[in-house]
Amino acid sequence: MARLTINGKTLDLNVDPSTPLLWAIREQAGLTGTKYGCGIAQCGACTVHLDGAAIRSCVMPVSAAEGKKITTIEGLANGSTLHKVQKAWLDNQVPQCGYCQSGIIMAVAALLREKPKPTDADIDAKITNICRCGTFQQVREAIHAAAKA
Amino acid sequence: MITTKLNRRSFVIGSTAVGAGLALGLKIPFGPSVVRAQDGSPEVNAWVVIRPDDTVVIRVARTEMGQGTLTGLAQMVAEELECDWSKVKTEYPTPGQSVKRKRVWGDFSTGGSRGIRDSHQYVREGGAAARMMLVQAAANQWNVPVGECSAANSVITHKPSGRTVTYGKVAEAAAKLTPPEKPALKDPKEWKLIGKSVKRLDTMDKLNGAHVFAADLKLPGMLNAAIKDCPVFGGKVKSYEAAKIQSMPGVKQVVPVGDSAVAVVAETWWQAKTALDQLPIVWDEGENAKVSSDTIAEMLRQGLDADQAFVGNRNGDVKAAIASAAKKVEAVYAYPFQNHAPMEPMNATAKYTPDRCEVWVPTQNGEAAFAATLAASGLSADKCEVYKINCGGGFGRRGAFHDYVTQAVLIAKQMPGTPVKLLWTREEDMLHGRYHPVMQCKLVGAFDSSNNLTALHMRLSGQSILSAVRPEALQDGKDPATFQGLNPSGDFAFGYSVPNLLIDHAMRNTHVPPGFWRGVNINQNAIFVECFMDEMANAVGQDPLEFRRKLMTKHPKHLAVLNAVADRAGWGKPAPKGVYRGLAQMMSFNSYVAACAEISVTDGGKKVKINRIVAATDCGYAVNPAQIERQVAGSFVYGLSGVFMQECTVKDGHIEQTNFNNYNSMRIAQMPKVESIIMPSGGFWGGVGEPTICVAAPAVLNAYFAATGKRIRTYPLKNHDITLV
Repeated sequence: MARLTINGKTLDLNVDPSTPLLWAIREQAGLTGTKYGCGIAQCGACTVHLDGAAIRSCVMPVSAAEGKKITTIEGLANGSTLHKVQKAWLDNQVPQCGYCQSGIIMAVAALLREKPKPTDADIDAKITNICRCGTFQQVREAIHAAAKA
Repeated sequence: MITTKLNRRSFVIGSTAVGAGLALGLKIPFGPSVVRAQDGSPEVNAWVVIRPDDTVVIRVARTEMGQGTLTGLAQMVAEELECDWSKVKTEYPTPGQSVKRKRVWGDFSTGGSRGIRDSHQYVREGGAAARMMLVQAAANQWNVPVGECSAANSVITHKPSGRTVTYGKVAEAAAKLTPPEKPALKDPKEWKLIGKSVKRLDTMDKLNGAHVFAADLKLPGMLNAAIKDCPVFGGKVKSYEAAKIQSMPGVKQVVPVGDSAVAVVAETWWQAKTALDQLPIVWDEGENAKVSSDTIAEMLRQGLDADQAFVGNRNGDVKAAIASAAKKVEAVYAYPFQNHAPMEPMNATAKYTPDRCEVWVPTQNGEAAFAATLAASGLSADKCEVYKINCGGGFGRRGAFHDYVTQAVLIAKQMPGTPVKLLWTREEDMLHGRYHPVMQCKLVGAFDSSNNLTALHMRLSGQSILSAVRPEALQDGKDPATFQGLNPSGDFAFGYSVPNLLIDHAMRNTHVPPGFWRGVNINQNAIFVECFMDEMANAVGQDPLEFRRKLMTKHPKHLAVLNAVADRAGWGKPAPKGVYRGLAQMMSFNSYVAACAEISVTDGGKKVKINRIVAATDCGYAVNPAQIERQVAGSFVYGLSGVFMQECTVKDGHIEQTNFNNYNSMRIAQMPKVESIIMPSGGFWGGVGEPTICVAAPAVLNAYFAATGKRIRTYPLKNHDITLV
């Protein structure tokens, strides 16, 4: 068993504490917006916020997330009001297949909290997610647009 | 909630059998009774359902996998339908319904950049026919001549009286009318929606986690499976000790899958995967375990000078011209195996009972997934159904191959009545791809004493995709697809005229299964041709652009895109200090593309920064320019990841690369600025998803030569300690 706080809700989940957080989020909490891409923290598709910081949930055991505030893509918007990153993503038509986008959006939301006006170098250093469709040109434009919003 | 979504995708057919003998939607099926969607709304025809609230549901048979075809095809139907674009929704018909309705939606296959170029005619006719029926229904209702009525924005107007009615009000009556035989289509000059960069129809749910990919699917009572197939292609399972993991948490069953794989079925996927990792399996690897990258490379090397080869393009007498040349240039190139590695690993969910088999799958070809379901289940078509669920990328992996569907059905057959979702690990995906074929190429160029190119011989040696995947498509043993971009004419026409030309292929197949990797054979062919063009220009001291232009006078469309990128990039004018340029052009999938790359190098050429790539595309008609720009830039990420970073090597018969840590992919820091020139010249329909991928790599490689004087002929560049920064 593990007690996790996800998107403001405290959940008692029937899960082995050594299970990666990603799989507890997807399989026990039922929130499938967070994706499995590699399982070894290379691609970033599983990015969520832990106490506001972006982490790759595929390599973090559930036990390390207990007592912390977990935010997934499903909890990023404020009710029906999109987060400014989601809004910029919509305006700039960023996603192609969309599979990696939850992770990128979460990584960018954390970056903007840390650096509200990131430079291209900041983006290069902090946004290291893999996108096989290759949406990077629109990702960069949308990050700058969100920073101005 | 997911179940509801699935139900909405499927639909039922009205009581009367729909028209027989219909070809690819050119005639819209219609009897006197109305065919209804699941929610009861009438189908005006197979392509268009209109709900009473005026919502327009457009059916799209091709698969959206990120490339934007869903929106593009809907634009084409809506253009002729004259409907309110803001009320458009889309849905996938199912392969089972397609069989029952005699393929009324045409081909489901979504590959070869043919989503739009192969279906533009019949989807527009579907839209036009539906509009004509709606207008006729309104005219009948008003008892006025149909010629006095017109439609725009989902509203039909009777001009003399000023009466209006919306589509939703007459759809029921329209659905009962006989469809027009051959609806006339608009002249492209009249298009209002085709050619507009309207926003995609499928973005919102990709921003909030609501977009359900097949890997996310949940069905009532569903179990989860993880699988290991023999790492050596062609190998088999010798034995495994299920008892060792049977009592692990969540484990339900350990099952053989065919003769080469074992799966663990558990309550959750993580439990299945964890148990599978602990399962002792002994493989019978077979003869292929002796194969390595070195043995494959040696086999290909022998093909470079072999006597026998399939001819793809020939004119003049190359042998004689080379023998009498004043000057010769020769080079050998090599392109590796590569994995598709779409972000969503292979998966499929299957539910089997002796009378019914259903599969939920991310597929580029619903009909091929359906065929795999029939074969694996042993059931007839009327007892099977396939539901296409959103794809996390495809790139060719999910089109011709449905090995994961076969596996899922074989697992589900061992647990009748229980839906089982099979999800591959990334490692399984890396080891069991359908790889970009391995190819070597020897090129010889011959010049006369005035430095005119008199002959070119291009000898390909390597793997044929079609001989493995679709042997019936071979032509007397020749694989025509090997010559993509090198043909004398057609959709993949060579863009140069050379007095004596020979392009031939020594087929050398390996045990590594080949597949259609975004761009297919143009990836290597463009590198071979376009880098060698620069090599030849350099050998005779000519400018690479001028050298090409002399050979392209009979290929004006090829030349136009090349000129466009040269002009935009400022070819011939000095580049900024430390910036070097390279060019490439190609025709493929019926589109003309070219690129000019600008790069800088540091650390003695070990680090490459691509500053900018100017890319031109002439795809005939551009349906959604914003989406084309995204396909161009995205294809460069895929192609440049390939040439810089990606190689699948073979050791003891298996692929060595296991995940993104040893099979890398470009990140945002490495992304060049891509400037797209979309220059549709009209009169033909070209593809978009794949063509441009092939020009980025040779343009960058040519710029690298300009920068360093080094010509790199084997890939990926990481093997030369060259990194993209």
